[in-house]
Amino acid sequence: MNGDASDGAARRRIRNRALTIGVSVTPFGLSFGAVSVEAHLSLIQVCLLSLVLFSGASQFALVSIIGAGGSYFSAVGTALLLGVRNGLYGARINALLRPTGWRRFVMAEVTIDESTAMAVSEAPSGHAARGFWLTALSVYVLWNVSTVIGALVGNALGSPATSGLDVAGPAAFIALLAPQLRTARMRLVALASGAIALVTVPIVPVGAPILIGGLTAVALLLVFDR
Amino acid sequence: MKLWLAVLIASAGCAAFKLAGFVVPARLLESSIARRVLEALPVTLLSALISVSVFAAGNHLMLDSRAAGLAVALILVAVRAPFLVVVVAACATAAGVHAL
Repeated sequence: MNGDASDGAARRRIRNRALTIGVSVTPFGLSFGAVSVEAHLSLIQVCLLSLVLFSGASQFALVSIIGAGGSYFSAVGTALLLGVRNGLYGARINALLRPTGWRRFVMAEVTIDESTAMAVSEAPSGHAARGFWLTALSVYVLWNVSTVIGALVGNALGSPATSGLDVAGPAAFIALLAPQLRTARMRLVALASGAIALVTVPIVPVGAPILIGGLTAVALLLVFDR
Repeated sequence: MKLWLAVLIASAGCAAFKLAGFVVPARLLESSIARRVLEALPVTLLSALISVSVFAAGNHLMLDSRAAGLAVALILVAVRAPFLVVVVAACATAAGVHAL
């Protein structure tokens, strides 16, 4: 009885969070569609990026660099560099959810910041899979729909900074990570990761600071634990 | 033509990275060190992502309205405010500071 009630509460919590996260990516989808058209991508190319590449930061880097007249080499290189972390998330999601057969391919395609943060956040509640899939679905649908609208009508909302939505992602991630940051040890590691990433921002290519910060902080954690 | 090539290579490459994490042999993930690394990685990568998306623009460090939004989010998470309240209040704060 009690179990059913808390199960229902968990379902509602996950549904609401997944929807909130999905809605918060739509201004970026609109903006991405608009920026892509300005960079002379065709509608098919814009849609292909959102359907297949499906990773906001990589997509933005690609079209922004092309739009600014940068080389195709640096545009693709930056997009790929920003995409590496999804592979690292994938190893964690694979260990956590153990998908088999065709599910692995679908799961891999939608393994991004949002779905990973939600799965990890719900792992202690035993609802990691539900959190992962609902968030993935919500973000995938709303990201693709908003991309098409942005490409067709331009970015009617203006820049995400005007509406403050440029912090929707960071705020959501902090809320989702909170359960993992209960110990002083993990808080310190998270802070170290953020600080190391920032220190490297001016000296390494865009995309690298996140990997450098994340990987160095994990190495530090292993050293401290010895 | 070059544009198509860029779109296709970036798409295929990023999709391949995503898949790479799922084809790592399961036995490699069994060791206690691998488990600890994998459990910490999403936390550290997302922390780095948060700090870069709040305090940087391209290759430059930058302190602007986003920092105010982040501060509000941190305070609200510390007092265990509901998820939606954290996100909406952080956005409203950043928008308010941006409008000043």
